[in-house]
Amino acid sequence: MTAAEPRTYRLGEFHSFHAAGRQFLYLVPSGGIFELDEPATAVIDRLGQDEILEEELEADLIARGFPGPEAREAIEDLRECRALTSSGALREYPPHPPDHFPLQTLVLNLTNQCNLSCQYCYEYGEDRVATPEGKPKFMDFETAKASVDFLLEQSTGRNRVHITFFGGETLMNFPLLKRVVAYATEAAAARGCSIDFSLTTNATLLTPAIIEFLSQNRIGVTVSMDGPKEVQDKLRVFSNGRGSYDLVAPKVRALIENHRTRPIAARVTLTSGITNVVTIFRHLKDDLGFHEVGFAPVTTSPDRLYAINDRGMDDVLGQFEVLADEYLEFALRGEMHGFSNVSDTLAELHQGVSKSHPCGAGLGLVGIGPSGDIAPCHRFVDSDRHAIGHVNSGINREKQADFLRRGDIASKYDCHTCWARPLCAGGCHHEAFVRYGDTGHPNLHYCDWIRAWTDKCLRIYGAIAAQKPEFLNYFSERNTE
Amino acid sequence: MRHLKAVNKKAHRIDALVAASREDVVALQGGPPPKPKMHVPMGCTFIFTPGWEVDSGGGSAGLCQPVERDIYDCYVDCYWPAQVPDHLNNTKDWTAKCASATKDWRNLDLIFP
Repeated sequence: MTAAEPRTYRLGEFHSFHAAGRQFLYLVPSGGIFELDEPATAVIDRLGQDEILEEELEADLIARGFPGPEAREAIEDLRECRALTSSGALREYPPHPPDHFPLQTLVLNLTNQCNLSCQYCYEYGEDRVATPEGKPKFMDFETAKASVDFLLEQSTGRNRVHITFFGGETLMNFPLLKRVVAYATEAAAARGCSIDFSLTTNATLLTPAIIEFLSQNRIGVTVSMDGPKEVQDKLRVFSNGRGSYDLVAPKVRALIENHRTRPIAARVTLTSGITNVVTIFRHLKDDLGFHEVGFAPVTTSPDRLYAINDRGMDDVLGQFEVLADEYLEFALRGEMHGFSNVSDTLAELHQGVSKSHPCGAGLGLVGIGPSGDIAPCHRFVDSDRHAIGHVNSGINREKQADFLRRGDIASKYDCHTCWARPLCAGGCHHEAFVRYGDTGHPNLHYCDWIRAWTDKCLRIYGAIAAQKPEFLNYFSERNTE
Repeated sequence: MRHLKAVNKKAHRIDALVAASREDVVALQGGPPPKPKMHVPMGCTFIFTPGWEVDSGGGSAGLCQPVERDIYDCYVDCYWPAQVPDHLNNTKDWTAKCASATKDWRNLDLIFP
Protein backbone atom coordinates (compact mmCIF):
# COMPACT_ATOMS: atom_id res chain seq x y z
CA MET A 1 0.00 0.00 0.00
CA THR A 2 1.32 3.46 -0.84
CA ALA A 3 0.92 6.59 1.26
CA ALA A 4 -2.62 7.91 0.92
CA GLU A 5 -3.31 10.63 -1.63
CA PRO A 6 -4.28 13.91 0.02
CA ARG A 7 -8.04 13.82 0.44
CA THR A 8 -10.19 16.34 -1.39
CA TYR A 9 -13.85 17.15 -0.80
CA ARG A 10 -16.68 18.31 -2.96
CA LEU A 11 -20.40 18.50 -2.44
CA GLY A 12 -22.42 15.32 -2.70
CA GLU A 13 -25.91 15.18 -4.18
CA PHE A 14 -28.57 17.02 -2.23
CA HIS A 15 -31.09 19.84 -2.36
CA SER A 16 -30.62 22.46 0.32
CA PHE A 17 -33.52 24.52 1.61
CA HIS A 18 -34.42 26.93 4.40
CA ALA A 19 -37.45 26.77 6.61
CA ALA A 20 -38.31 28.56 9.85
CA GLY A 21 -34.89 30.25 9.75
CA ARG A 22 -33.06 26.93 9.71
CA GLN A 23 -30.91 25.22 7.11
CA PHE A 24 -31.87 21.74 5.87
CA LEU A 25 -30.53 19.23 3.38
CA TYR A 26 -32.63 16.80 1.38
CA LEU A 27 -30.15 14.06 0.52
CA VAL A 28 -30.22 12.38 -2.87
CA PRO A 29 -30.72 9.54 -3.53
CA SER A 30 -31.32 8.40 0.06
CA GLY A 31 -34.21 10.79 0.72
CA GLY A 32 -32.91 11.64 4.21
CA ILE A 33 -33.71 15.11 5.56
CA PHE A 34 -31.25 16.67 8.02
CA GLU A 35 -31.08 20.00 9.79
CA LEU A 36 -27.60 21.55 9.82
CA ASP A 37 -25.97 23.53 12.60
CA GLU A 38 -23.68 26.50 12.01
CA PRO A 39 -20.38 24.70 11.37
CA ALA A 40 -22.03 22.21 8.99
CA THR A 41 -23.72 25.05 7.11
CA ALA A 42 -20.34 26.80 6.86
CA VAL A 43 -18.81 23.66 5.30
CA ILE A 44 -21.53 23.52 2.65
CA ASP A 45 -21.24 27.26 1.94
CA ARG A 46 -17.48 27.08 1.63
CA LEU A 47 -17.48 24.15 -0.77
CA GLY A 48 -19.91 25.55 -3.30
CA GLN A 49 -18.91 24.21 -6.69
CA ASP A 50 -15.25 23.76 -5.68
CA GLU A 51 -13.21 20.72 -4.93
CA ILE A 52 -11.06 21.50 -1.91
CA LEU A 53 -8.25 19.76 -0.06
CA GLU A 54 -9.24 18.54 3.38
CA GLU A 55 -6.58 20.64 5.13
CA GLU A 56 -7.60 23.73 3.24
CA LEU A 57 -11.27 23.24 4.09
CA GLU A 58 -10.41 22.80 7.77
CA ALA A 59 -8.16 25.85 7.74
CA ASP A 60 -10.92 27.95 6.15
CA LEU A 61 -13.40 26.93 8.82
CA ILE A 62 -10.91 27.66 11.58
CA ALA A 63 -10.32 31.06 10.01
CA ARG A 64 -14.08 31.65 10.20
CA GLY A 65 -13.88 31.16 13.95
CA PHE A 66 -14.82 27.50 14.39
CA PRO A 67 -12.53 25.47 16.69
CA GLY A 68 -10.49 22.81 14.82
CA PRO A 69 -12.13 19.71 16.34
CA GLU A 70 -15.57 21.22 15.69
CA ALA A 71 -14.71 21.82 12.04
CA ARG A 72 -13.32 18.32 11.56
CA GLU A 73 -16.35 16.77 13.19
CA ALA A 74 -18.77 18.74 11.00
CA ILE A 75 -16.89 17.64 7.87
CA GLU A 76 -16.94 14.06 9.06
CA ASP A 77 -20.68 14.13 9.81
CA LEU A 78 -21.44 15.52 6.36
CA ARG A 79 -19.14 12.99 4.73
CA GLU A 80 -20.71 10.05 6.51
CA CYS A 81 -24.22 10.93 5.42
CA ARG A 82 -22.80 11.59 1.94
CA ALA A 83 -23.60 15.27 1.76
CA LEU A 84 -19.87 15.55 1.00
CA THR A 85 -17.95 13.21 -1.13
CA SER A 86 -14.26 12.62 -0.98
CA SER A 87 -13.65 10.47 -4.01
CA GLY A 88 -15.01 9.73 -7.46
CA ALA A 89 -18.25 8.62 -5.91
CA LEU A 90 -20.39 6.05 -7.62
CA ARG A 91 -23.90 6.92 -8.57
CA GLU A 92 -26.35 4.86 -6.58
CA TYR A 93 -29.78 3.70 -7.55
CA PRO A 94 -32.47 2.19 -5.44
CA PRO A 95 -32.17 -1.59 -5.66
CA HIS A 96 -34.46 -3.32 -8.13
CA PRO A 97 -37.55 -4.74 -6.51
CA PRO A 98 -37.53 -8.53 -6.10
CA ASP A 99 -38.84 -10.60 -9.02
CA HIS A 100 -41.99 -11.68 -7.27
CA PHE A 101 -43.24 -8.62 -5.52
CA PRO A 102 -46.36 -9.49 -3.51
CA LEU A 103 -49.54 -7.75 -4.58
CA GLN A 104 -51.18 -5.33 -2.22
CA THR A 105 -53.78 -3.46 -4.23
CA LEU A 106 -56.17 -4.52 -6.93
CA VAL A 107 -58.03 -1.98 -9.01
CA LEU A 108 -61.15 -3.66 -10.35
CA ASN A 109 -62.74 -1.98 -13.35
CA LEU A 110 -66.27 -3.21 -12.76
CA THR A 111 -67.32 -1.75 -16.09
CA ASN A 112 -65.81 0.28 -18.88
CA GLN A 113 -69.15 2.00 -19.48
CA CYS A 114 -69.86 5.51 -18.25
CA ASN A 115 -72.92 7.72 -18.12
CA LEU A 116 -70.85 10.87 -18.56
CA SER A 117 -68.85 11.94 -21.60
CA CYS A 118 -66.08 14.01 -20.10
CA GLN A 119 -64.10 15.28 -23.05
CA TYR A 120 -60.70 14.67 -21.50
CA CYS A 121 -61.39 11.09 -20.37
CA TYR A 122 -58.31 8.92 -20.79
CA GLU A 123 -60.50 5.87 -21.31
CA TYR A 124 -62.68 7.28 -24.08
CA GLY A 125 -61.03 10.57 -25.10
CA GLU A 126 -58.70 11.27 -27.99
CA ASP A 127 -55.65 9.90 -26.21
CA ARG A 128 -57.18 6.60 -25.14
CA VAL A 129 -54.99 3.52 -24.93
CA ALA A 130 -57.90 1.11 -24.36
CA THR A 131 -58.99 -1.30 -27.08
CA PRO A 132 -62.31 -2.50 -25.66
CA GLU A 133 -63.73 -3.79 -28.97
CA GLY A 134 -65.19 -7.25 -28.63
CA LYS A 135 -64.58 -7.44 -24.86
CA PRO A 136 -67.23 -7.56 -22.14
CA LYS A 137 -68.54 -4.16 -21.06
CA PHE A 138 -69.43 -5.28 -17.56
CA MET A 139 -67.41 -7.57 -15.34
CA ASP A 140 -69.23 -10.72 -14.28
CA PHE A 141 -69.09 -12.30 -10.83
CA GLU A 142 -66.91 -15.21 -11.94
CA THR A 143 -64.19 -12.84 -13.18
CA ALA A 144 -64.47 -10.68 -10.07
CA LYS A 145 -64.23 -13.76 -7.85
CA ALA A 146 -61.18 -15.02 -9.75
CA SER A 147 -59.64 -11.55 -9.34
CA VAL A 148 -60.15 -11.57 -5.58
CA ASP A 149 -58.64 -15.07 -5.34
CA PHE A 150 -55.75 -13.91 -7.50
CA LEU A 151 -55.10 -10.96 -5.17
CA LEU A 152 -55.16 -13.15 -2.07
CA GLU A 153 -52.89 -15.76 -3.63
CA GLN A 154 -50.42 -13.21 -4.92
CA SER A 155 -50.15 -11.19 -1.72
CA THR A 156 -48.09 -13.70 0.24
CA GLY A 157 -46.60 -12.19 3.36
CA ARG A 158 -48.93 -9.21 3.54
CA ASN A 159 -51.50 -9.07 6.27
CA ARG A 160 -53.49 -6.27 4.69
CA VAL A 161 -54.70 -5.94 1.13
CA HIS A 162 -56.83 -3.42 -0.66
CA ILE A 163 -59.38 -3.39 -3.47
CA THR A 164 -60.31 -0.23 -5.34
CA PHE A 165 -63.45 -0.30 -7.47
CA PHE A 166 -63.14 1.68 -10.64
CA GLY A 167 -64.72 2.20 -14.03
CA GLY A 168 -66.07 3.49 -16.37
CA GLU A 169 -68.57 4.66 -13.85
CA THR A 170 -68.15 2.23 -10.99
CA LEU A 171 -71.71 2.51 -9.72
CA MET A 172 -73.13 1.35 -13.06
CA ASN A 173 -72.19 -2.10 -11.79
CA PHE A 174 -73.13 -1.62 -8.12
CA PRO A 175 -74.77 -5.08 -7.78
CA LEU A 176 -71.40 -6.66 -8.55
CA LEU A 177 -69.63 -4.32 -6.13
CA LYS A 178 -71.88 -5.54 -3.30
CA ARG A 179 -71.20 -9.18 -4.10
CA VAL A 180 -67.45 -8.62 -4.35
CA VAL A 181 -67.34 -6.86 -0.97
CA ALA A 182 -69.16 -9.79 0.64
CA TYR A 183 -67.05 -12.45 -1.07
CA ALA A 184 -63.69 -10.71 -0.56
CA THR A 185 -64.36 -9.97 3.10
CA GLU A 186 -65.08 -13.62 3.73
CA ALA A 187 -62.20 -14.94 1.60
CA ALA A 188 -59.71 -12.58 3.25
CA ALA A 189 -60.91 -13.50 6.73
CA ALA A 190 -60.45 -17.18 5.88
CA ARG A 191 -56.82 -16.41 5.14
CA GLY A 192 -56.36 -14.34 8.29
CA CYS A 193 -55.78 -11.26 6.19
CA SER A 194 -57.52 -7.91 6.53
CA ILE A 195 -58.97 -6.20 3.50
CA ASP A 196 -60.34 -2.76 2.84
CA PHE A 197 -62.15 -1.19 -0.06
CA SER A 198 -62.44 2.11 -1.84
CA LEU A 199 -64.12 3.36 -4.96
CA THR A 200 -63.93 6.20 -7.40
CA THR A 201 -67.18 7.55 -8.80
CA ASN A 202 -68.61 10.55 -10.59
CA ALA A 203 -71.38 10.60 -7.94
CA THR A 204 -74.22 10.82 -10.46
CA LEU A 205 -75.71 7.46 -9.46
CA LEU A 206 -75.44 7.72 -5.67
CA THR A 207 -78.62 6.87 -3.78
CA PRO A 208 -79.34 6.83 -0.03
CA ALA A 209 -79.17 3.01 -0.07
CA ILE A 210 -75.79 2.99 -1.81
CA ILE A 211 -74.43 5.60 0.58
CA GLU A 212 -75.60 3.52 3.53
CA PHE A 213 -73.91 0.44 2.12
CA LEU A 214 -70.65 2.33 1.54
CA SER A 215 -70.70 3.73 5.05
CA GLN A 216 -71.54 0.43 6.71
CA ASN A 217 -68.74 -1.35 4.89
CA ARG A 218 -66.20 1.43 5.51
CA ILE A 219 -65.64 1.86 1.79
CA GLY A 220 -63.49 4.91 1.04
CA VAL A 221 -64.98 7.17 -1.62
CA THR A 222 -63.22 9.47 -4.06
CA VAL A 223 -65.48 11.62 -6.19
CA SER A 224 -64.16 12.79 -9.54
CA MET A 225 -65.36 16.37 -9.64
CA ASP A 226 -63.87 19.50 -11.11
CA GLY A 227 -65.32 22.33 -9.04
CA PRO A 228 -68.21 24.81 -8.94
CA LYS A 229 -70.96 24.68 -11.56
CA GLU A 230 -69.30 26.74 -14.27
CA VAL A 231 -66.14 24.62 -14.01
CA GLN A 232 -67.77 21.20 -13.60
CA ASP A 233 -70.19 21.79 -16.47
CA LYS A 234 -67.48 22.76 -18.91
CA LEU A 235 -66.09 19.26 -19.51
CA ARG A 236 -67.86 16.87 -17.12
CA VAL A 237 -70.98 16.52 -19.25
CA PHE A 238 -73.54 13.92 -20.30
CA SER A 239 -73.46 12.68 -23.87
CA ASN A 240 -76.04 15.32 -24.84
CA GLY A 241 -73.69 18.04 -23.59
CA ARG A 242 -75.67 18.84 -20.43
CA GLY A 243 -73.50 19.60 -17.42
CA SER A 244 -73.51 17.28 -14.42
CA TYR A 245 -73.15 19.76 -11.55
CA ASP A 246 -76.82 20.10 -10.64
CA LEU A 247 -77.18 16.35 -10.36
CA VAL A 248 -73.90 15.75 -8.57
CA ALA A 249 -73.84 18.51 -5.94
CA PRO A 250 -76.84 17.39 -3.82
CA LYS A 251 -75.68 13.75 -3.99
CA VAL A 252 -72.23 14.74 -2.80
CA ARG A 253 -73.73 16.65 0.13
CA ALA A 254 -75.80 13.60 1.04
CA LEU A 255 -72.75 11.37 0.75
CA ILE A 256 -70.63 13.55 3.03
CA GLU A 257 -73.43 13.89 5.53
CA ASN A 258 -74.29 10.21 5.76
CA HIS A 259 -71.01 8.39 5.07
CA ARG A 260 -69.23 8.86 8.37
CA THR A 261 -66.78 5.99 8.51
CA ARG A 262 -64.10 7.22 6.10
CA PRO A 263 -62.98 10.66 4.89
CA ILE A 264 -64.51 11.60 1.53
CA ALA A 265 -62.15 12.97 -1.10
CA ALA A 266 -62.58 14.94 -4.29
CA ARG A 267 -60.24 14.44 -7.21
CA VAL A 268 -60.04 17.37 -9.60
CA THR A 269 -58.75 17.26 -13.15
CA LEU A 270 -57.26 20.58 -14.21
CA THR A 271 -57.55 21.57 -17.85
CA SER A 272 -56.78 24.55 -20.03
CA GLY A 273 -58.32 27.72 -18.63
CA ILE A 274 -59.36 25.96 -15.42
CA THR A 275 -56.44 26.79 -13.24
CA ASN A 276 -58.20 28.76 -10.49
CA VAL A 277 -57.23 26.10 -7.99
CA VAL A 278 -57.96 28.20 -4.90
CA THR A 279 -61.55 28.92 -5.94
CA ILE A 280 -62.16 25.27 -6.78
CA PHE A 281 -60.66 24.16 -3.47
CA ARG A 282 -62.82 26.59 -1.50
CA HIS A 283 -65.97 25.38 -3.20
CA LEU A 284 -65.26 21.68 -2.77
CA LYS A 285 -63.88 21.96 0.77
CA ASP A 286 -65.95 24.73 2.30
CA ASP A 287 -69.22 24.72 0.33
CA LEU A 288 -69.66 21.01 -0.38
CA GLY A 289 -67.71 19.76 2.65
CA PHE A 290 -65.17 17.29 1.18
CA HIS A 291 -62.56 16.27 3.76
CA GLU A 292 -59.74 16.10 1.22
CA VAL A 293 -59.30 17.66 -2.21
CA GLY A 294 -56.56 16.63 -4.63
CA PHE A 295 -55.68 18.09 -8.02
CA ALA A 296 -53.99 16.69 -11.10
CA PRO A 297 -53.43 18.25 -14.51
CA VAL A 298 -55.19 16.36 -17.30
CA THR A 299 -53.13 13.64 -19.00
CA THR A 300 -53.09 14.47 -22.68
CA SER A 301 -50.96 15.07 -25.70
CA PRO A 302 -49.83 18.70 -25.73
CA ASP A 303 -51.90 19.75 -28.75
CA ARG A 304 -55.38 19.03 -27.37
CA LEU A 305 -57.62 22.03 -26.77
CA TYR A 306 -57.96 21.21 -23.08
CA ALA A 307 -54.21 20.69 -22.51
CA ILE A 308 -52.66 23.14 -20.08
CA ASN A 309 -49.71 25.05 -21.52
CA ASP A 310 -46.58 26.07 -19.60
CA ARG A 311 -48.06 29.36 -18.55
CA GLY A 312 -51.16 27.63 -17.26
CA MET A 313 -48.96 25.26 -15.26
CA ASP A 314 -47.15 28.26 -13.75
CA ASP A 315 -50.55 29.61 -12.65
CA VAL A 316 -51.37 26.24 -11.13
CA LEU A 317 -48.08 26.23 -9.24
CA GLY A 318 -48.73 29.74 -7.91
CA GLN A 319 -52.16 28.67 -6.65
CA PHE A 320 -50.83 25.41 -5.22
CA GLU A 321 -48.34 27.50 -3.25
CA VAL A 322 -51.10 29.69 -1.83
CA LEU A 323 -52.91 26.57 -0.60
CA ALA A 324 -49.66 25.05 0.64
CA ASP A 325 -49.01 28.14 2.80
CA GLU A 326 -52.51 27.80 4.17
CA TYR A 327 -51.82 24.12 4.84
CA LEU A 328 -48.80 25.14 6.92
CA GLU A 329 -50.86 27.58 8.98
CA PHE A 330 -53.37 24.81 9.67
CA ALA A 331 -50.63 22.32 10.52
CA LEU A 332 -48.99 24.70 12.99
CA ARG A 333 -52.34 24.89 14.78
CA GLY A 334 -52.50 21.08 14.68
CA GLU A 335 -55.39 21.03 12.19
CA MET A 336 -55.82 19.14 8.93
CA HIS A 337 -56.23 21.44 5.96
CA GLY A 338 -57.44 18.98 3.33
CA PHE A 339 -55.20 19.83 0.37
CA SER A 340 -54.20 16.26 -0.56
CA ASN A 341 -51.36 17.24 -2.86
CA VAL A 342 -49.43 18.54 0.17
CA SER A 343 -50.39 15.65 2.50
CA ASP A 344 -49.36 13.06 -0.07
CA THR A 345 -45.98 14.67 -0.67
CA LEU A 346 -45.33 15.23 3.04
CA ALA A 347 -46.12 11.57 3.73
CA GLU A 348 -43.46 10.48 1.25
CA LEU A 349 -40.94 13.04 2.48
CA HIS A 350 -41.51 11.92 6.05
CA GLN A 351 -40.74 8.30 5.19
CA GLY A 352 -37.81 9.41 3.05
CA VAL A 353 -38.81 7.26 0.10
CA SER A 354 -36.29 6.62 -2.65
CA LYS A 355 -38.22 5.10 -5.49
CA SER A 356 -37.01 2.70 -8.14
CA HIS A 357 -40.36 3.22 -9.91
CA PRO A 358 -42.73 6.20 -9.90
CA CYS A 359 -45.62 4.18 -8.43
CA GLY A 360 -46.71 0.68 -7.57
CA ALA A 361 -48.14 -0.08 -11.03
CA GLY A 362 -47.17 -3.59 -12.10
CA LEU A 363 -45.52 -4.18 -8.72
CA GLY A 364 -47.80 -4.11 -5.68
CA LEU A 365 -50.75 -2.85 -7.72
CA VAL A 366 -52.45 -4.10 -10.85
CA GLY A 367 -55.66 -3.16 -12.65
CA ILE A 368 -58.14 -5.76 -13.89
CA GLY A 369 -60.60 -5.06 -16.69
CA PRO A 370 -64.11 -6.46 -17.19
CA SER A 371 -62.63 -9.25 -19.36
CA GLY A 372 -60.22 -10.36 -16.64
CA ASP A 373 -57.17 -8.95 -18.43
CA ILE A 374 -54.50 -7.73 -16.04
CA ALA A 375 -52.99 -4.30 -16.72
CA PRO A 376 -50.18 -2.53 -14.85
CA CYS A 377 -52.79 -0.13 -13.45
CA HIS A 378 -56.36 1.06 -14.05
CA ARG A 379 -55.21 3.52 -16.69
CA PHE A 380 -54.00 0.72 -18.95
CA VAL A 381 -57.00 -1.52 -18.45
CA ASP A 382 -58.53 -2.95 -21.65
CA SER A 383 -55.44 -2.09 -23.69
CA ASP A 384 -54.16 -5.13 -25.60
CA ARG A 385 -50.77 -3.53 -25.98
CA HIS A 386 -50.29 -3.09 -22.24
CA ALA A 387 -51.94 -6.23 -20.86
CA ILE A 388 -49.57 -8.19 -18.61
CA GLY A 389 -51.71 -11.27 -18.07
CA HIS A 390 -55.16 -12.59 -17.27
CA VAL A 391 -56.72 -13.54 -13.93
CA ASN A 392 -57.13 -17.13 -15.06
CA SER A 393 -53.53 -17.59 -16.20
CA GLY A 394 -51.82 -15.13 -13.87
CA ILE A 395 -49.23 -12.49 -14.64
CA ASN A 396 -47.03 -12.99 -17.67
CA ARG A 397 -43.69 -12.46 -15.96
CA GLU A 398 -41.87 -11.50 -19.15
CA LYS A 399 -44.31 -8.75 -20.01
CA GLN A 400 -44.31 -7.54 -16.43
CA ALA A 401 -40.50 -7.50 -16.35
CA ASP A 402 -40.41 -5.54 -19.59
CA PHE A 403 -42.82 -2.94 -18.20
CA LEU A 404 -40.84 -2.64 -14.97
CA ARG A 405 -37.48 -2.48 -16.72
CA ARG A 406 -38.67 0.47 -18.81
CA GLY A 407 -40.05 2.28 -15.80
CA ASP A 408 -36.99 1.79 -13.60
CA ILE A 409 -35.24 5.01 -12.61
CA ALA A 410 -31.90 3.36 -13.49
CA SER A 411 -32.89 3.35 -17.15
CA LYS A 412 -34.15 6.96 -17.20
CA TYR A 413 -30.91 8.77 -17.92
CA ASP A 414 -32.50 12.20 -18.03
CA CYS A 415 -33.44 11.78 -14.37
CA HIS A 416 -29.96 10.90 -13.17
CA THR A 417 -28.89 14.45 -12.43
CA CYS A 418 -32.20 15.55 -10.90
CA TRP A 419 -32.46 16.00 -7.14
CA ALA A 420 -36.19 15.29 -7.16
CA ARG A 421 -35.79 11.74 -8.48
CA PRO A 422 -36.20 9.91 -5.12
CA LEU A 423 -39.84 11.08 -5.13
CA CYS A 424 -40.69 11.50 -8.80
CA ALA A 425 -38.75 8.64 -10.45
CA GLY A 426 -39.72 10.00 -13.85
CA GLY A 427 -43.46 10.34 -13.29
CA CYS A 428 -46.60 8.48 -14.37
CA HIS A 429 -46.10 5.55 -16.80
CA HIS A 430 -49.43 6.32 -18.49
CA GLU A 431 -48.70 10.00 -18.92
CA ALA A 432 -45.33 9.04 -20.43
CA PHE A 433 -47.02 6.73 -22.90
CA VAL A 434 -49.56 9.35 -23.95
CA ARG A 435 -46.88 12.02 -24.36
CA TYR A 436 -43.94 10.06 -25.69
CA GLY A 437 -45.27 6.69 -26.79
CA ASP A 438 -43.17 4.84 -24.21
CA THR A 439 -44.19 4.03 -20.64
CA GLY A 440 -40.53 4.28 -19.60
CA HIS A 441 -39.91 7.76 -20.97
CA PRO A 442 -39.28 10.36 -18.27
CA ASN A 443 -42.04 12.99 -18.21
CA LEU A 444 -39.73 15.81 -19.19
CA HIS A 445 -42.56 18.29 -19.79
CA TYR A 446 -43.09 18.85 -16.08
CA CYS A 447 -39.60 18.55 -14.54
CA ASP A 448 -39.29 22.20 -13.50
CA TRP A 449 -42.78 22.06 -12.11
CA ILE A 450 -42.06 18.95 -10.03
CA ARG A 451 -38.84 20.42 -8.66
CA ALA A 452 -40.56 23.70 -7.73
CA TRP A 453 -43.41 21.84 -6.04
CA THR A 454 -41.10 19.41 -4.22
CA ASP A 455 -39.04 22.35 -2.98
CA LYS A 456 -42.21 24.03 -1.68
CA CYS A 457 -43.28 20.85 0.12
CA LEU A 458 -39.78 20.43 1.60
CA ARG A 459 -39.98 23.94 3.05
CA ILE A 460 -43.42 23.18 4.48
CA TYR A 461 -42.03 19.92 5.91
CA GLY A 462 -39.02 21.72 7.43
CA ALA A 463 -41.22 24.38 8.99
CA ILE A 464 -43.52 21.78 10.53
CA ALA A 465 -40.54 19.73 11.76
CA ALA A 466 -39.09 22.84 13.41
CA GLN A 467 -42.25 24.29 14.89
CA LYS A 468 -44.82 21.53 15.34
CA PRO A 469 -42.99 18.19 15.08
CA GLU A 470 -45.84 16.23 16.70
CA PHE A 471 -47.98 16.98 13.62
CA LEU A 472 -45.71 14.67 11.63
CA ASN A 473 -46.87 11.68 13.70
CA TYR A 474 -49.92 11.69 11.49
CA PHE A 475 -47.63 10.66 8.63
CA SER A 476 -45.77 8.06 10.68
CA GLU A 477 -48.93 6.07 10.99
CA ARG A 478 -50.07 6.68 7.46
CA ASN A 479 -49.46 3.84 5.08
CA THR A 480 -47.58 5.13 2.03
CA GLU A 481 -47.01 1.85 0.25
CA MET B 1 -23.89 13.07 14.56
CA ARG B 2 -23.60 16.34 16.45
CA HIS B 3 -23.80 18.73 13.55
CA LEU B 4 -26.65 17.16 11.61
CA LYS B 5 -30.02 16.59 13.19
CA ALA B 6 -32.04 13.81 11.62
CA VAL B 7 -35.51 15.07 10.74
CA ASN B 8 -37.40 12.43 8.76
CA LYS B 9 -37.51 8.66 9.23
CA LYS B 10 -34.90 7.93 6.57
CA ALA B 11 -32.53 10.42 8.20
CA HIS B 12 -32.93 8.60 11.53
CA ARG B 13 -31.98 5.37 9.83
CA ILE B 14 -28.89 6.99 8.29
CA ASP B 15 -28.03 8.43 11.68
CA ALA B 16 -28.27 5.01 13.32
CA LEU B 17 -26.12 3.51 10.59
CA VAL B 18 -23.43 6.15 11.05
CA ALA B 19 -23.53 5.74 14.83
CA ALA B 20 -23.13 1.98 14.50
CA SER B 21 -20.24 2.32 12.08
CA ARG B 22 -18.44 4.62 14.48
CA GLU B 23 -18.66 2.26 17.42
CA ASP B 24 -16.31 -0.38 16.13
CA VAL B 25 -15.15 -2.01 12.98
CA VAL B 26 -17.92 -4.42 12.14
CA ALA B 27 -18.66 -6.36 9.03
CA LEU B 28 -19.76 -3.93 6.37
CA GLN B 29 -22.73 -6.14 5.57
CA GLY B 30 -24.26 -5.79 8.99
CA GLY B 31 -26.54 -2.82 9.68
CA PRO B 32 -27.47 -1.70 13.15
CA PRO B 33 -28.00 -3.62 15.30
CA PRO B 34 -25.63 -6.14 13.76
CA LYS B 35 -27.56 -9.32 13.12
CA PRO B 36 -26.14 -12.54 11.77
CA LYS B 37 -26.81 -12.75 8.06
CA MET B 38 -26.32 -15.38 5.45
CA HIS B 39 -22.98 -15.04 3.77
CA VAL B 40 -23.58 -14.25 0.12
CA PRO B 41 -20.32 -13.71 -1.71
CA MET B 42 -21.15 -11.32 -4.52
CA GLY B 43 -17.66 -10.71 -5.77
CA CYS B 44 -16.27 -14.19 -6.28
CA THR B 45 -14.95 -15.00 -9.67
CA PHE B 46 -16.71 -18.17 -10.62
CA ILE B 47 -18.62 -15.84 -12.91
CA PHE B 48 -17.15 -12.98 -14.87
CA THR B 49 -16.79 -9.91 -12.71
CA PRO B 50 -14.87 -6.77 -13.42
CA GLY B 51 -13.48 -6.59 -9.91
CA TRP B 52 -14.30 -6.55 -6.29
CA GLU B 53 -14.15 -2.85 -5.67
CA VAL B 54 -17.91 -2.58 -6.01
CA ASP B 55 -20.71 -5.04 -5.62
CA SER B 56 -23.39 -5.77 -8.18
CA GLY B 57 -25.42 -2.82 -6.93
CA GLY B 58 -22.57 -0.38 -7.51
CA GLY B 59 -21.83 0.12 -3.80
CA SER B 60 -19.41 -1.37 -1.31
CA ALA B 61 -21.93 -2.63 1.24
CA GLY B 62 -22.41 -6.06 -0.32
CA LEU B 63 -18.81 -7.12 -0.69
CA CYS B 64 -17.69 -10.47 0.63
CA GLN B 65 -17.37 -9.79 4.33
CA PRO B 66 -14.77 -7.40 5.81
CA VAL B 67 -12.35 -6.05 3.26
CA GLU B 68 -9.47 -7.27 5.39
CA ARG B 69 -10.65 -10.79 4.82
CA ASP B 70 -10.88 -10.24 1.10
CA ILE B 71 -7.33 -9.10 0.89
CA TYR B 72 -6.22 -12.05 2.93
CA ASP B 73 -8.01 -14.49 0.68
CA CYS B 74 -6.60 -12.84 -2.38
CA TYR B 75 -3.13 -12.99 -0.96
CA VAL B 76 -3.36 -16.62 -0.08
CA ASP B 77 -5.09 -18.29 -2.93
CA CYS B 78 -6.64 -15.98 -5.44
CA TYR B 79 -5.64 -13.83 -8.35
CA TRP B 80 -5.50 -10.13 -7.57
CA PRO B 81 -2.27 -8.90 -8.98
CA ALA B 82 -2.21 -5.22 -8.10
CA GLN B 83 -3.76 -4.32 -4.82
CA VAL B 84 -2.64 -7.03 -2.41
CA PRO B 85 0.74 -7.78 -0.89
CA ASP B 86 2.74 -10.08 -3.08
CA HIS B 87 3.49 -13.30 -1.27
CA LEU B 88 6.00 -14.68 -3.76
CA ASN B 89 8.70 -12.08 -3.67
CA ASN B 90 8.33 -9.09 -1.41
CA THR B 91 6.08 -9.82 1.54
CA LYS B 92 6.33 -13.53 2.15
CA ASP B 93 5.57 -13.13 5.85
CA TRP B 94 2.62 -10.81 5.66
CA THR B 95 0.25 -13.35 7.16
CA ALA B 96 2.70 -14.88 9.58
CA LYS B 97 0.87 -13.49 12.61
CA CYS B 98 -2.55 -14.21 11.21
CA ALA B 99 -3.40 -17.83 11.70
CA SER B 100 -7.13 -17.29 11.44
CA ALA B 101 -8.27 -14.32 9.42
CA THR B 102 -11.56 -13.91 11.21
CA LYS B 103 -9.79 -13.64 14.59
CA ASP B 104 -6.38 -12.26 13.80
CA TRP B 105 -7.01 -9.86 10.96
CA ARG B 106 -5.87 -6.98 13.12
CA ASN B 107 -2.34 -8.38 12.85
CA LEU B 108 -2.30 -7.89 9.09
CA ASP B 109 -0.08 -4.87 8.92
CA LEU B 110 0.21 -2.10 6.40
CA ILE B 111 2.91 -2.52 3.82
CA PHE B 112 4.87 0.29 2.26
CA PRO B 113 6.82 -0.51 -0.89
